[in-house]
Amino acid sequence: MKNTLKTFFALITIVALSSFTNVDEGQGYHIGDIATDFDLENIDGNKVSMKDYKDAKGFIIVFTCNTCPYAVAYEDRVEALNKKYADKGYPVIAIMPNNTDVKPGDNMDAMKARAKAKGFTFPYLMDEGQKIYPQYGATKTPHVYVLERTKKGHEVKYIGAIDDNYKDASAVTKTYVEDAVDALLVGKEVPEATTRAIGCSIKV
Amino acid sequence: MKHVFIIILVVFSLFEDQKSEANTQDLKVLNFDELQSYLGSKDESKTYVVNFWATWCAPCVKELPYFEQLNANYVNKSVEVILVSLDFPKQIDTKLKPFLKKHNLKSEVLVLDDVDSNTWIPKVNKNWSGAIPATLIYNKDKKEFYERSFDYQGLETQLKQFIK
Repeated sequence: MKNTLKTFFALITIVALSSFTNVDEGQGYHIGDIATDFDLENIDGNKVSMKDYKDAKGFIIVFTCNTCPYAVAYEDRVEALNKKYADKGYPVIAIMPNNTDVKPGDNMDAMKARAKAKGFTFPYLMDEGQKIYPQYGATKTPHVYVLERTKKGHEVKYIGAIDDNYKDASAVTKTYVEDAVDALLVGKEVPEATTRAIGCSIKV
Repeated sequence: MKHVFIIILVVFSLFEDQKSEANTQDLKVLNFDELQSYLGSKDESKTYVVNFWATWCAPCVKELPYFEQLNANYVNKSVEVILVSLDFPKQIDTKLKPFLKKHNLKSEVLVLDDVDSNTWIPKVNKNWSGAIPATLIYNKDKKEFYERSFDYQGLETQLKQFIK
């Protein structure tokens, strides 16, 4: 009898946990929205905008930082994405969204040091004034947006995680971002357009 | 018949072992399905405050004392706080356990180790982006999800909606 009750409560909880619906979904971009361009300072002192990339077919925008263990776990994989896709028309642009007063470990000097130590080949931009990430609707690091350059502008085609295993790159079974870009490169629909992963909340 | 008794004894002794392990601060490390069944096995008459956190998450660590305070202040009102750690499994021994020892947390602490977050995050709440801290408050009548940080007052205000 006790087991029956336990099973019953387990089922109730599963139903309860599955059906919560009280957070508004309205903030930030959804798939199909046109993403804003930006003009942000890179670690080399220059400003970077998407419009600077005349030949790009799109972008892999990664909101990331130095201080989040999840972001750090993905650093090498972000670099690999840029190596693989920059020449195919989808370069990586990384944007650091945190308030550096709260997280001094993410300030421009720290960003420069980290990029140099890791040999980043992509721009690593400071979201000065934290104006860009809220428009995208990024909530955490890492948080990826794949954009396709269309006649309407930079259209959001993918939002979410890089892959399905933060712990172990060699145990990944789904490469969400690669799958998205590969699909766009051959003119197909992105197979899985939004995914979730745990990350560090962006520090305001 | 004798064999049946022996089997029963063995089974009981296994359960006893599990119980004593749980008491000796051995952390439960669960995947999401196990977490769901574990939470489902709890007392239906209570209100649960489930906080997703990690030792590496500064705003999570900052708000932990408020969850501890809530647990202490509302223990007689059928409220139970459960702290679900998302610390990396390889840091359980090196970071999480020393942290728990140092801060002497009284609320129950579990570790959720499940890399397939794209599957389980929407099961906690369909709008959860995956950022932590995040908190779930529920009882048999009501449930709310909060992707945000709390101070004590804010947390208590939310809880009071469940226990009036």
